[in-house]
Parts: sequence; C-alpha cells; structure tokens
Amino acid sequence: MSFDLNAPAPSAGDRPADWPHNHYLKDKQGLRSWLLTKDHKRIALLYLVSITIFFALGGLMALLIRIELLTPAGDLMEADTYNRVFTAHGVLMVFFFLIPGIPAVLGNFLVPLMIGAKDLAFPKLNLASWYIFNIAGLFGLWALLSGGVDTGWTFYTPFSTTFSNSYVVATVLAAFIAGFSSILTALNFVVTIHRMRAPGLTWFRLPLFIWSHYATSLIILLGTPVIAITVALVAIERIFQMGIFDPSLGGDPVLFQHLFWFYSHPAVYIMVLPAMGIISELIAAFARKRIFGYRFVAVASVSIAVLGFLVWGHHMFVSGQSVYAATIFSVLSMLVAIPSAVKVFNWTATLYDGAIVYEPPMYYALGFLGIFLIGGLTGVMLATLGINVHVHDTYFIVAHFHYVMVGGTIMAYLGGLHYWWPKITGRLYPAFWSRLAAIAVFVGFNLTFFPQFIVGYLGMPRRYWAYPDEFQVLNVLSSAGATVLGIGYVIPLIYFVWSMRYGQRASANPWDAIGLEWETSSPPPTENFLVMPTVSAEPYDFAGRERARALEAAAKEAEVV
Amino acid sequence: MSEAHPGLEHHFDSYDQQRESAKLGMWLFLITEVMFFGGMFLLYLIYRWRFPVAFAEGSNHLDVTLGAINTVILIGSSLTVALAVRAAQLGKSKALVVLLILTLLLGGMFLGIKSVEYSHKFHQHLFPNDSFQFEGTSPNNTRLFFAIYFCMTGFHALHMLIGAGIILWLIPHAWRGRFNANNYNYVEGFGLYWHFVDLVWIFLFPLLYLLGRNLGTH
Amino acid sequence: MSSPIEQQTGSHTGVHVESPALLLTVFGGLMVLTFLTVWVSGLDLGRMNDVTALGIATLKAGLVIWYFMHVRHSTILTKLAILTATFFVVLLFGITLADYLTRGWLGVLGR
Repeated sequence: MSFDLNAPAPSAGDRPADWPHNHYLKDKQGLRSWLLTKDHKRIALLYLVSITIFFALGGLMALLIRIELLTPAGDLMEADTYNRVFTAHGVLMVFFFLIPGIPAVLGNFLVPLMIGAKDLAFPKLNLASWYIFNIAGLFGLWALLSGGVDTGWTFYTPFSTTFSNSYVVATVLAAFIAGFSSILTALNFVVTIHRMRAPGLTWFRLPLFIWSHYATSLIILLGTPVIAITVALVAIERIFQMGIFDPSLGGDPVLFQHLFWFYSHPAVYIMVLPAMGIISELIAAFARKRIFGYRFVAVASVSIAVLGFLVWGHHMFVSGQSVYAATIFSVLSMLVAIPSAVKVFNWTATLYDGAIVYEPPMYYALGFLGIFLIGGLTGVMLATLGINVHVHDTYFIVAHFHYVMVGGTIMAYLGGLHYWWPKITGRLYPAFWSRLAAIAVFVGFNLTFFPQFIVGYLGMPRRYWAYPDEFQVLNVLSSAGATVLGIGYVIPLIYFVWSMRYGQRASANPWDAIGLEWETSSPPPTENFLVMPTVSAEPYDFAGRERARALEAAAKEAEVV
Repeated sequence: MSEAHPGLEHHFDSYDQQRESAKLGMWLFLITEVMFFGGMFLLYLIYRWRFPVAFAEGSNHLDVTLGAINTVILIGSSLTVALAVRAAQLGKSKALVVLLILTLLLGGMFLGIKSVEYSHKFHQHLFPNDSFQFEGTSPNNTRLFFAIYFCMTGFHALHMLIGAGIILWLIPHAWRGRFNANNYNYVEGFGLYWHFVDLVWIFLFPLLYLLGRNLGTH
Repeated sequence: MSSPIEQQTGSHTGVHVESPALLLTVFGGLMVLTFLTVWVSGLDLGRMNDVTALGIATLKAGLVIWYFMHVRHSTILTKLAILTATFFVVLLFGITLADYLTRGWLGVLGR
C-alpha cells in the first residue's frame, strides 16, 4: 500500500486539507435518490436506520422482561404475555439485528472500499435486499401488533405447529423473507471478494475484516436455505395440518430440531465472525502493529465457518437424540474452541508490546476481548455433555449466549461504528461521551449478565415470568445492570446523530490507520476512489510505514543540513 | 452503461469480469437452492427409512406414465434452454425467441400434467390434510408420504412458475436483440436456473414415483 | 483452444459455444436413461432397486451439469461451488443419520 507521508494530523481546523468537494452523501439529494440508490455506501446507511429501529424494538422487549423479573411474583404481565414478549425479543434481535447487523451495515459499506472496488458486484440486488429486509420486518411487526407469538424464537414443533394459538405463520414468514435478504448480501460479498479485488490485492493481503465476512457469507449461503425450508414447512403444517412434524402421524419433532439447528447453530457464527473481523481491524490499528499470526487468524475464520456446521447437536442433548450422537457432538463442539482461541491468543499477542492508543473504538475492542473470553469458555463448559444436561434451559445458557452475542457482537458492532464513523459521515463525535458510553456498556453488560450465570447455575430456568424468592437479589442486580446498559446504548445514538451536523470534520485517515478505506476521502466519493488503488504490501504494515516515515524524516534533515 | 461498451455496467472493468461475476453469483444462488431442496430430501430419507412399506404403498398411487412423460418434457425443455443459450451467445435473436417460447410451452405442458395429477389426488382424498383417506397398512404414515410428495413437487412447480416468469421477461429483450457474445448473462443465468429445476425433478421422479413398483402392491 | 467468437471479442476466460449435435446427443442419452430407470424399477432387485434408481438419477444429473450447464468449460471456482454444495448436503444427511442410526447403541432406554 502506498502511504501519504504528508497526510495532515487529525483535523484541528474546521475543514481538513483533504476534505472532499463532492462525496457520496452530497452527490445527489432528495428522498428519491436515497430510496433508489445503488451505491453500497448509501444502502449501508439505509440498513443502519432499519437495523437501529429493530434493535430499539428488541431492546424495548428486553426492558419489559427485566422489569417483570424485578420481583419474584409474576405481577407486571400474564405468563402468556411474558411468553410473547421474550419471543418478540428473540425474533427481533436474532433475525433483524444480530444476523444482518454487521454485514449489512459495516460490511456493505466497507467490503468494496477495503478491496478497492467501485461497488459490490450486484448493486441492484443489494438494494433489493434492503427492501426485502424491510418487508420481512413488516411481517414481523404485523405478527407482533396482532398479538405476538409465544413459541420462543426457535419455533419448536409440535407446539408451534399444532398447539400454539399465536401468530406463528406471520412470524415464520418474516424469518423466511429475511433469509432472502441475507442470502443476497452474502452472495454479493462472495462474488465481489472473488472477482473485484484491486490489482495486487492477493488473498493473504486482504484485511481480516474481509476474511471474516467471506467466511460469514459462506455460512449464510449454505445454512439459510435450510432454515427457510424448515420454517416454510412449519407454516405449511399449520395451514394444512399435513403431519410433517406431528408425532401422532409418525412425524418427528426431533427431525425439525435437526433441520432448525443445522442453520441456527452456524447462525451464531454469522453473528460473531463479522464481530471478530472488526476486532482484528481495531486491534491492529490501535496497537499500531500487524496482527500477530495474520494467516492463522484469517484461516481460523474459515475453519470456524466449517466446524460450525458439525456441532449443531449440542442444542439437542436433552431432546431424545441418541446418546452416541450426543457424545460425538460434545467432542466436536469443543473443537470450535481451537480456532476461536487462535484468534483470542493472536489478538492478545498483537497487543503485547504494541504502542496502544486508547481511542474510543479501542475501548470496545478491549471490552470485547474480556467478554468474549468468558462467553467462549462457558461455551466449552456447555459443550461438555454432563454439565450441559445439568444447566440445560437455565439462565446459565441465557448468560452464555448473551456474553457471545451482546458482549461479543454488539460490542464489536459499536466499536466498528465508532471506528468507521468518521469515514461514513466525515465527522468526529465527542471523545468524552464516547469513552463514557463504552464504559457504561461494559459495566452495564457485565452487571446484567454475570449474575445470570450464578442464578442459572443455582437452577433458575429460562422463559418463566416468576421465580422463587431466593433468586431476587441476583435478578435485581441484573435489571439494574440492564438500565446502565440501556443508557450506554442511548448515549451513542444521541451523539452520533448530533455529530452528523455539529461534529468536527474528520480527515481522510483520522486514526492514522492502514487500509484502502483510509486512502480515499472521508466521506468517500460515490465511485469510492478517484484513482483506482493498487496494492503492493502486506496488510497492517505499520512497521513498513514507520521505516518509510523515518527515512523521509532523515532525508529532510539531510536536506536542511 | 457507457456508449463504447453497451451492456457493461459502470463498476466492472471488462465484459469478462462482468460475465464471470454473474456466473459465479448464479452458481452461489444454486448452492442455496441445493440446500433448500436438500432439507426436504432429508425429510424424505428419514421418513422413508422409518416407514418403507407405507411409503411404497403411497408411491404406487402415483401415475408412473404421467411422471415419465413429464420427465421427458422437462428434459426436452432443458435441451431447448441449452440451445437458447447457444443462440444468445451467437447473437441469433430470432432463434433465441423461438427457443424461449418452446421452453415456455414445454414448461406449461409439464405444469398442466402436474395439475391433472394433483386434481386426481384431491378427488381420491389423498391430499394430506384431515380429509385424507387411504386403505393400507398404516394410513397415517402414508399421509406423511403424500405430505412430502406435495411439498416437494409443490416447491418444484413453484420454481417452474418463477422460471416461466423469467422467460416472459426475457422474450422482449431477446426480440430487441439485446443479447450477444458479450452480453448474454441473463440468458445464461436463467439457463442455469432452469437446468437446476430439471435436476431436482430428475431425482424426484425415481424417489417418488418408482420406489414401490417392484413390490407390486397396487 | 479458442473459438472464433473468442477471437472476435478478445475474451480470455472464454465464451464456449456448444455444438447442437453434442446437445442433442446428451438429450438422447438422458432419454435412454429415463427409459432404463422406469424399466428397471419394475424388476424386483430387492435393495438394488434403490441403488440403480439413484445411480441412474445421479448419472443423468451429471450429464445435465457437465454438458447442459457448461461446467466442462467452467472455471475451477464453479466446480468448487458444486463440490461445496454436495459436501454440505452430505454433511446434513450424514450427521442427522449419525443420530438416527445410532439410537440405542449405548443401551440407554429410548435413546
């Protein structure tokens, strides 16, 4: 990569020297130009708006859950209402925030920029995917407003097909349709990464963000169709009573679970792999070092994607699958820890002896490391057959997957937003408030979910609206933590919106980072690069840049002398 | 699109890049289709392994002759599509239009025969809802066979309808001579899709229609 | 090996035009196999009925993929895509069967 040695320091004045005259936000104006845009950067922003709305709705449901669980008695709502609330929380968060979140917003924005392409390979499909996503969301909201669903986000049969009296068909349709939008996004990424890389950008020169999005896209392409047919069959079964999963006709609910988890377990990696990609970028940029063991981290993404398809049975240890299979699944599940640990160790090794800069995004990255460590290690515990049977369907599980998804994915998503916000909008946000928000999220998160490990281990089952008195202290702690966490989410929302108008203007490379996306202006022009870039160096070559800068300085000194 | 390179979109550098991207995209889409039908084939596998007799009895109520005729028709339509792609590559617009219309007709014949079969099954109370009636060793399990039969052939037919829609969209473009050696991606993409639909049927036909014939229970 | 059309367009990765004779031959092969599979299914071969039915179907699928879908002229990436799809379908089937076929192996009642 070529370095601009005369790049100005992070902007002090009103307009940095490299502030672009024209950029993608300014290029065309009006609602129509946004709703019909084929620019991946604008589509990313459209997604950002949609996803933020769904995140807020899912968060509202979480708030209701935490208020209900303040007291042992089921006093705020009926048991049935509570079932609908936690199902809405799960469906909204999983299908409309966690799965599309990072790829559709940051991935959409950054994949072409990072590989030096003008756009994704299929811009029309990209726009279509946003519309499909919103149509799916409308189905979900329709189900929610008509009365909701009480099956849990897993739609287990035969309850969902035969017994539930709630709006199952509309909800599974929402999940079905949302699947198309993820598939279109994933397809776009894979083709773009294969076919549209800048000259010289070989596979092992790709940023790790790209590797993780590539691996994620593969999972989406291979897994999503299976959940699509599964939930479609649930809908068909409900409408026609065909008996596909009805035990009284010889149908097999365990088969539903196999099909469901074939996708839904790898879906966990759809959520966390892009997060890992972000963390790799943040740690390299703010430790001013090339990621230790770059190739291993890159390959680990792909191996997590493949291994993720071998382990789904660990969701079914108490569902009547064969004990023999359960044992195999238990062992295979532990294998996932290997590539995950490769990543965590290599990030830690990168930090070691690095020149760490504590900018706000780095707060999130460091928070992610700690939280993901706990989430990952409890994952190994849960892969152990004996422990899993003991804590199955308790709050221990709830705490574990929130450590991975909220502590992992959302931390990284926020970190990524803070890191690339100057690139996306060309504006900086207030440093004080962003540091405060990062700390609030970290503290609030741990306060919310760590007590749930304990309360789960003590035996509190998940999905109940009431509980025995002795669990109240831990539940109150958890609800208090949720309040802090909620505040931590609202603060960035406020200052991000504020910064779009009042924020200080950012230079092209405000973090002094390395990567093709930093070589174009902030915000980038519609065609991404005024001069198409070529690549001639390894990724994150901070050492090379230091050498180049030192040489430059020495040459200048010699000139003066 | 620029004047110098008609049909080349702005974000691609060359026709080659554009064509290879379109092709890869279509194959990736077909992977998702394989997984989609794969889920149903898994249902078929597990249930048939559990209830072999009930499945064979159900299978013997399907019309092998109509199934075989449909197989011939569909493979024939695959041939016309393969020839259509060839016509598009060579820029022969008229031949392309004729071949697309032929494909549409063959697809229509297939769906026509399929609907005759469906309506027979409805009259014989073989549609697997609560009105299902069947004389056999375990009617409930045979109901599962018909559930799978209707789901798989139904989704297959839905794919054919979508394919027919794409043909209707392609014909006016072909008529105006839009496709040539540089720019036939839409025709090729559609061709791959149609062949895939054919592939699914190539497996559905023996698995659904032929599996119990040797037992001669009918 | 470059066809006239490639020379015309300066295409590197290749626009391969299949000859109608080849396509018709493949179609003929597919018809023969269809007839064969119907005929064999009427004979009582025991388990071999399933094997022949699936074997012939796979052969037909192979012909369609190789010739009609132009895979024989496609890049390694296309072939890789097909292998990936096959691999993951086998994975879906295989791992699910690993549950169903091992029920009762360890002597736990009902599992």
